[in-house]
Amino acid sequence: MTDTNLGVAAPETLRAAVWAQFRKHRGAVFGLVVLGLLILFSILGPLVWAPEKLTVVEALKSKNLGPGMSHPMGTDQLGRDQMQRMMAAGKVSLAVGFVAMIIAVFLGTLIGVLAGYFKRLDGPLMRLTDMFLALPLIPLLLVMVMLFRDKLSRQLGPEMGAFLLIVFAIGVTSWMHAARIVRGEVLALKEREYVLASRSIGATPRRVILRHILPNVVSPVMVAATLGVAEAIITESVLSFLGLGFPPDFPTWGRLLYEGLEYMQMYPERVIFPGLAISLTVLSVNYIGDGLRDALDPRIRGR
Amino acid sequence: MKLTTALLGAAAAMAFAPAAFAERGADGNVNVLYWQAPSILNPYLSSGTKDVETASLILEGLAGFDEKGVVFPRLAESVPTVDNGGITEDLTQITWKLKPGLLWSDGTPVTSADAKFTYDYCTHPEGGCAQAARYEGIASIDTPDDLTIVITFNAPKPNPYTAFVGGTSPVLQAAQFANCLGAAASTCTDQNFKPVGTGPFVVTDFKVNDVVTLAANPNYRDPAKPAFATMTVKGGGDAGAAARAVLETGEFDYAWNTQINPEQQAQMSAAGKGVLLNGFGTLVERIEMNMTNPSPDLPEGERSTTKHPHPFLSDINVRKALSMAIDRQILVDIGYGAAGRATCNLVPAPDMFASPNTDCITQDMEGAKALLESSGWVDSDGDGIREKDGMPLKLVYQTSTNPVRQDFQAVIKDWWTELGADVELKNIDASVFFGGDAGSPDTFQKFYSDVEMYANNFDGTDPEPYLAQYKCDKIPGPDNQWQGENINRFCDPAYDALVDELSKTADMGERSAIAIKLNEMLTKDSYVVVPLVDRGRLSAASNTLGGAVLNTWDTELWNVQDWFRVK
Repeated sequence: MTDTNLGVAAPETLRAAVWAQFRKHRGAVFGLVVLGLLILFSILGPLVWAPEKLTVVEALKSKNLGPGMSHPMGTDQLGRDQMQRMMAAGKVSLAVGFVAMIIAVFLGTLIGVLAGYFKRLDGPLMRLTDMFLALPLIPLLLVMVMLFRDKLSRQLGPEMGAFLLIVFAIGVTSWMHAARIVRGEVLALKEREYVLASRSIGATPRRVILRHILPNVVSPVMVAATLGVAEAIITESVLSFLGLGFPPDFPTWGRLLYEGLEYMQMYPERVIFPGLAISLTVLSVNYIGDGLRDALDPRIRGR
Repeated sequence: MKLTTALLGAAAAMAFAPAAFAERGADGNVNVLYWQAPSILNPYLSSGTKDVETASLILEGLAGFDEKGVVFPRLAESVPTVDNGGITEDLTQITWKLKPGLLWSDGTPVTSADAKFTYDYCTHPEGGCAQAARYEGIASIDTPDDLTIVITFNAPKPNPYTAFVGGTSPVLQAAQFANCLGAAASTCTDQNFKPVGTGPFVVTDFKVNDVVTLAANPNYRDPAKPAFATMTVKGGGDAGAAARAVLETGEFDYAWNTQINPEQQAQMSAAGKGVLLNGFGTLVERIEMNMTNPSPDLPEGERSTTKHPHPFLSDINVRKALSMAIDRQILVDIGYGAAGRATCNLVPAPDMFASPNTDCITQDMEGAKALLESSGWVDSDGDGIREKDGMPLKLVYQTSTNPVRQDFQAVIKDWWTELGADVELKNIDASVFFGGDAGSPDTFQKFYSDVEMYANNFDGTDPEPYLAQYKCDKIPGPDNQWQGENINRFCDPAYDALVDELSKTADMGERSAIAIKLNEMLTKDSYVVVPLVDRGRLSAASNTLGGAVLNTWDTELWNVQDWFRVK
């Protein structure tokens, strides 16, 4: 019986290879699971857990409760269920973190690649980057909020307006590090033989960049992106604290943390839960980034 | 209730104190904590409360205010009034008499020339005196003899107790400050850090922004006082840490301004080492209704100006219903505990100027709903929000960023939602909100929202300048760089006329009647201002410290000479 199978497995697809490498990184898998749970908690949680809305007087009767059967994470100083607030807050904080990160990474990679690849653009773009690095974030945000908040909230409603404004504000003020890293990487890559070969056979810059440069800068971009998520969540907390962010009845993890600070001594769970959620998100995103970097790097993969 | 008892106890203890501890310096050292550290001991060069109050240990005026806001003599023999002839009938002159035999802490006699010098010092054109307002309207000060000070005013002055009364305008020693007039004032480091005074204590050492060490004044006018030989005023930390240092750890005997939330108040008081003292002044947390249209659809420069009346808040029934839907006692319990009480008045104190109005204290949600129904505000499309003539009852409610204010916003939003209003909350960084920058749309003067919440008070015991803020010509707008004080854009000719009448009235009984009427015109007659909480001052005193009585009309250390150690 002739067998066409030569004992060699079909060549692994790239995706499968990356996944296989990713799975080897225990921290990354852990991070993925935790982040997945946090996202589920925020998105599906409210469908499962929805305590009925109480009047002020009724709610105040059950204020400052510790974690228990009726309120798994306790209640706050106004008798609002902490778990419900944590879920609503998670949705906002996670969305802000990821969307702001995407904006920052997109801008950073674009500017970094252009500056690194085209010599003529290098000077102006890098000076622009320096300028953004020198911009003080808070006054800039104050100006942005002042100019656009009313207009945006009229068009899109107060929540959506604030969301877009914050995400955009954080995005445009945190792309600089990614741009610098990418530019450095591109400067080194573009002198490599395969890039030179590609150019010598007449490939357009667009093709060279998309085909040869970008896949090779993925790993530094990934690191920058993961750090970006964490930073965006924290920046959002700072903004909410200063009253520049979302309307006050719109919880975010950062805001819950700041609100709980005052009661930390008596009700530590008030800061532990939001603090834990922020830390877990940041930690798991970092681990995922770490795993992705290893998995996407052809030199490490398969070792 | 417990606090009141404690206060009464302290007061009673004070009354018996002199007999029991009639010896200067017998009680050792007393530790006082001002978490905002004093940086200078000359109140004429700083308006900071911490500086003025610490300086009041050393420097005194001719008279002071007691805890009820009543003027009592310090260096003066008695308080001049029209009845005892100290104030002329036309209210343009007041004559103070010094107690005979008074000595400065360096042993030299106190004379009327010192008071005259102090006036020259503060009103020097190059000086930049922080308390210049206390000497406003004075035409001249004459000193016919060593003990007599005659102050002549430019115009009749119904409230002449400004110059040399209270901790903000003490008498300086002419000999010490002679070379510190005008531009030289701030260069006189020795004088500003170690002033010679007549108060119960003298400075022995002053580390700027850290600690002041004091000792009993050997030449203090009452030979039996103060009971403490030395005093340490320490700075640093925050309100919570200060309260803890007195109430929980007992490291300090007295801590100034310990504003902490009700939970912490209860928890820290439970340690049993001290009590929280509260005193009520004129600070009122209130909701201000915008009488003009803040709609962003209007062109810049017309938003929130008198050109466009508010589409629905100009209807008194809406304002009244919004006020009726609020349960003020709940707000007090959430935010202030012992340091607050529900109020319906813009002028809650002193007693003679406070209206007895308590109509708003009880929440009346059903009444509020019925009032809106009867005035045509009904929920016609079933979305939970009332409309009238196609206009929904939709409010933007703004305030500064502050945990207590955000709690208030959340709770009041719940009530107003129940009433059938759609409420959008907005909070603004306090430095922007109160910053007064005419270029920013987020200041409380611009009032680009329908209602806003903040607290305000008035200086001293006379509410006239405060009530005059609501005159038509004080409305902020683009023509005056948004600097007016009539935040609500309230305008009533009858009100203006009554304010003018108040400024011409001298009789105290009539003044109080007019002030009460003015207060009611703004609150229960029109609901333009919706007062919520009368916010008191909260300080902490150790159980071993006797005699401390909180005073919101003068410095908190006003009666430090009567403090003693409970044994």
